[in-house]
Amino acid sequence: MARYVVNRLTQAIMLLVIVSAIGFAILHMAPGGPLSQFAASAQMTQEDLDRVTKQLGLDRPLPIQYVDWFGRMLKGDWGKSYRDGEAVLSVISSHLGATLELMATATIIAVLLGCWIGILGALRRYSLFDTLATVGAMIALSIPTFWFGLVTIYVFSVKLGWLPAGNRQTVGDGSLLDLLHHLIAPAMVLALVETAMWGRFMRSSMLEVINQDYIRTARAKGIPEWRILTVHALRNALLPMITVAGLQFPTLLGGALVAETVFTWPGMGRLFLDSIGYRDYPVVMGILMFSATMVLIGSLLADILYAVVDPRIRVG
Amino acid sequence: MATATLSTVQLAPGQAAWRRFRRHRLALAGAVIIVVLVLGSAFGPYLLPFDDTYIDIMKRFAPPFSGAHILGTDELGRDVLARLMMGGRVSLSIGIVAMVMAMAVGIVVGAFAGFYGGAVGAVLMRLVDAVLCFPTIFLLLALAALTEPGLVTTTVLIAATAWMAVARVVEAQVRSLREREFAVAALAFGSSNLRIMFRELVPNAIAPIVVAATLNVAKAILLESYVSYLGYGIQPPAASWGNMLNNAQIYLTSAPWLAIAPGLAITLAVTSFNFLGDGLRDALDPRMNIP
Repeated sequence: MARYVVNRLTQAIMLLVIVSAIGFAILHMAPGGPLSQFAASAQMTQEDLDRVTKQLGLDRPLPIQYVDWFGRMLKGDWGKSYRDGEAVLSVISSHLGATLELMATATIIAVLLGCWIGILGALRRYSLFDTLATVGAMIALSIPTFWFGLVTIYVFSVKLGWLPAGNRQTVGDGSLLDLLHHLIAPAMVLALVETAMWGRFMRSSMLEVINQDYIRTARAKGIPEWRILTVHALRNALLPMITVAGLQFPTLLGGALVAETVFTWPGMGRLFLDSIGYRDYPVVMGILMFSATMVLIGSLLADILYAVVDPRIRVG
Repeated sequence: MATATLSTVQLAPGQAAWRRFRRHRLALAGAVIIVVLVLGSAFGPYLLPFDDTYIDIMKRFAPPFSGAHILGTDELGRDVLARLMMGGRVSLSIGIVAMVMAMAVGIVVGAFAGFYGGAVGAVLMRLVDAVLCFPTIFLLLALAALTEPGLVTTTVLIAATAWMAVARVVEAQVRSLREREFAVAALAFGSSNLRIMFRELVPNAIAPIVVAATLNVAKAILLESYVSYLGYGIQPPAASWGNMLNNAQIYLTSAPWLAIAPGLAITLAVTSFNFLGDGLRDALDPRMNIP
């Protein structure tokens, strides 16, 4: 077990180095380099620009700059926002709560609903329910999230007036009820794609398990059907879902960006888009690196957790 | 005579695949819808009396099915149907061209990684893993923010964020096919490595490649709609299905039809390509069972 964890950890660190190199390359692809924002200012002479370039060490060879940049990233120095000079990491962390709230709610909805649909679909394979669920999941995966958001706003805010059309809370309010009221629509929209993915994976995992020999053995032993399903089938079918949690994490983050934009939700995704609008490259790159690191850690945790619950993994 | 018999025997797998594909009614429906969308976008604009960029302020916000404008007009009085068709040209072309580019990169990377294995393979596949760490929309927007938006940039950037899945598929295929007799035979004949890779191995992995390509078109159309909706893809006055939804949110109360038609078009196109890919997977290789 320890060897598996060390192996997987080494892989993750290697990956982080490549990921950061890609991030660094993108940062330097910016037209005019990392200083383009200041170069555009009329108050900055070429002389100033040369001096700042030297001060920031941007005249050194790229590999050395990269090592320096990577070292500062590890120490938590992610640069400062062009917009207001705030440290990038603190800008990100002040928006992270809203995003995590949205992602966690959507994930809970998606796991409960998706697993239920997937299990039922697998048990009644090719029934009307299963067919509708399979087709529905495919359509759900094909709908642009932002458009589903617009439709949701139109139906539930414009027509029915049940839900607010955006924001995290009413100005001046902020009670738990008000927060929940604002959370429903964006969480629902974000949960759509997630539910479809969980449903599809759950269905195929359950189908694989219920056709195994040990299920037939359990039936032959005369164990009641509900006990076979819950104790023998479900427990084994749920194991691979740990991997799914890691796999769909990038999609969840991307979906959150879109949902936050449509519902003016003050999270990291919206911050990212705003920063792009302001050409605030340090924040853009910071969020890009932050989200990639989150994905990396997510898949690392999923793999390790899977190895903990399923001993076959760490041997093979 | 002998060749004729031989050719029918060779056709059999194709016929079997076609039979399996036909059974997948949703895939068939998807194929029909794709043909309709392509023909509609290609020839539709010639049948309409309106130009997609013609601004008619006097007729702005005309609702659908009222008078000459079948799907109504937008905030500048432009005909929505004409924009939908011209937007279809852009969105579908981006979907297909970006797919071709992503396939080219993915096939080359996957073939080299799978064929050479070892250090080369490890480095290439770790690169694939690393790019996959970035959530696609984040990476796409960051790259779009650094470049001048437009048709070519948008297509290239979508391809740049969509080739990794293909590389993984091709790598796995080539790695297993490399050991087969026909590949060893080609090596014994003195074929070059490049020739073995791209004339022997890759063509034998055509089934999963075709499936990946079809699903890739769906993904590219979806990505185009995201970046254009967010304002970093196709720029007005040119229409795309994504950028038609750009202003739709502001007018959601007064002119909801502006949001409906392009959104339905995207969903229809993406769903069709996804079902087509699903059907092709069942038809071409019944053993593949990726959820």
